[in-house]
Amino acid sequence: MGKTLFEKVWETHVVKHIPDGPDVLYIDRHLIHEVTSPQAFNGLRKRGLPVFRPEQTLATADHNVPTKDQHLPIKEALSRLQVDALTKNCEEFGINLYGLNHPFQGIVHVIGPELGITQPGMTMVCGDSHTSTHGAFGSIAFGIGTSEVEQVFASQCILQHRPKTMKIEVNGELKPGVYAKDIILYIISKISTSGGTGYFVEYGGSAIQQLSMEGRMTICNMSIEMGARGGIIAPDETTFAYVEGRKFAPKGEEWERKLAYWKTLPSDPDAQFDKELFFHAEDIEPMITYGTNPGMGIKVNDSVPTEDSFEDEGDKRSLSKALSYMGLTPGKPIKGQKIDYVFIGSCTNSRIEDLRLVAEHVKGKKVAPTVAAWVIPGSQQVLKQAQKEGLDKVLQDAGFEFREPGCSACLGMNEDKIPSGKYCISTSNRNFEGRQGPGARTFLASPLSAATAAIVGEVADVREYFPNLNPIQ
Amino acid sequence: MEQFTSFSSQVVPLPNENVDTDQIIPARFLKATTREGFGKNLFRDWRYKSNGEPNTEFVLNQSTYSGKVLVAGKNFGCGSSREHAAWSIYDFGFRVVVSSFFADIFRNNALNNGLLPVQISEDFLQTIFEKVEEDPTLKVHVSLEEEQISIPSLQLSEKFPVNPFNKNCLLKGYDNIDFLVSLQKEINAFEVNRI
Ligand code: SF4
Repeated sequence: MGKTLFEKVWETHVVKHIPDGPDVLYIDRHLIHEVTSPQAFNGLRKRGLPVFRPEQTLATADHNVPTKDQHLPIKEALSRLQVDALTKNCEEFGINLYGLNHPFQGIVHVIGPELGITQPGMTMVCGDSHTSTHGAFGSIAFGIGTSEVEQVFASQCILQHRPKTMKIEVNGELKPGVYAKDIILYIISKISTSGGTGYFVEYGGSAIQQLSMEGRMTICNMSIEMGARGGIIAPDETTFAYVEGRKFAPKGEEWERKLAYWKTLPSDPDAQFDKELFFHAEDIEPMITYGTNPGMGIKVNDSVPTEDSFEDEGDKRSLSKALSYMGLTPGKPIKGQKIDYVFIGSCTNSRIEDLRLVAEHVKGKKVAPTVAAWVIPGSQQVLKQAQKEGLDKVLQDAGFEFREPGCSACLGMNEDKIPSGKYCISTSNRNFEGRQGPGARTFLASPLSAATAAIVGEVADVREYFPNLNPIQ
Repeated sequence: MEQFTSFSSQVVPLPNENVDTDQIIPARFLKATTREGFGKNLFRDWRYKSNGEPNTEFVLNQSTYSGKVLVAGKNFGCGSSREHAAWSIYDFGFRVVVSSFFADIFRNNALNNGLLPVQISEDFLQTIFEKVEEDPTLKVHVSLEEEQISIPSLQLSEKFPVNPFNKNCLLKGYDNIDFLVSLQKEINAFEVNRI
């Protein structure tokens, strides 16, 4: 019987199988950041252990960092302490750090791919659940806890139970105005935030295959929001073209050798998955969330659900709790809902392609006077590229604030918080209560939906505002 | 890691479903560089009003409920990989979380910290919620050896699944890192043949 892509990569990384237990899985690349690493370094110190393979670990500062005046010392004392601790730990343990003011600094899941660190067939981990992003390259990438970070530090391995496999195919032609973000929000709205728990998901089908690497990363990024351990997409010519020539990508003879291997990775035609789901691209429309988990999504022209929309008592309770937090009325259209803030950023949608799309459409327009709109590029390299293309000017002229890279209002660990009770349309991945700041109310949507809302001042259908949209290529 | 021993305890009911890690411990409290002390901010935004006063409607502020067992609605611990969620629950004094469904990363994090995730059927979960509402002093008994949770006073019980490896680690208080470090020879050999 043939093997799935996931099985091929997993099996080549098992150092040892523990009967009735987890596998000892070898990790090719370990990414770390300031929030989930300090306790793991402390653990090593207590045991008197070194980092086993420091050259396979890479650090950056992203979760906590300010997005203004990054050349100045961090004002907030606790954030500064955490970022300083990362610098000290990396020096002590010999780990390469792309910290603040380094030309490669950025959100950990943006810099891995853009530097060519992320490659097909690899195993990658990071103390952050959106590590699933890197699966877009055909690698097994998943988020881990701090105890597991310490395992990888100490042994370059992790104890891990092998998840089940799921295939999700999206076939057909995407409609104009529908982006990768809409695809994944649509899938999660159908299978819920626990629909993927216990599984590693392989995405496929014609609508996925035609996505750019940026689009594929957006899809894999949100795998965790359906509970899945990770997401993975078969590497193809799009993948190879993206990786080739990047700083840490293989070169010359090594490139040829790796490329030949990568081409063997896609799932065999007779491979078996534990579960398979199929969706039609034509059914997907611009999406938006109305509630307090990413599964609470609807088409932008739909109304906020009512209790009658659900059969399960638990779902009814969750709905009423969510709507009271969000201050929304059941049964009312979501379109036209007033917006106070717009956040375009995060490891889901802060790459150059996202910024280009937004800039192209807001050019010559103005952000509504009642709205504060922020664009936070995912990395220093994205920022530089945006400046080179003049996107920063276009965005600023339209009334967007163009800031410096970091996680920012995705989780509000720095000063970029949405005030209590205010509505924010956000290109990030989580709309949990308080995620963007205590009491903040989040609508998740695509970058173009967010940009359109910024201009109109309310939730809007991108297709009505931009009637000449082309389907994504 | 501390050894896990069987015990009886009252329970703290939290019937909410999809309790995510941002509710368990909001991101703004993740700035410490040690593992201890997160318990005081457990469920921070549910536990305290925006003016900092305790919210008396929240279960952790009601003296009727206490104990080492947190019982929560399905899909507990979804969201981020922050181990701070498991630390804060443990630091607060819980040793067991009962639910009908756990998110994967939370389950791993809990097991790595001696916090036992007990997954039971939705029916048994609802029974516990009902019975605790009738009698807040109700006690459950959790036995890891027998892989069983019971309500002795009502003669109700249910088995829960736990991987034999994890079970052994918890019972003996084994340390995964010592184990992995002991495999260095095998890891070195593996690296030689790596693609
Ligand atoms: S941008 Fe948000 S989701 Fe992504 S790594 Fe940062 S905090 Fe996590």
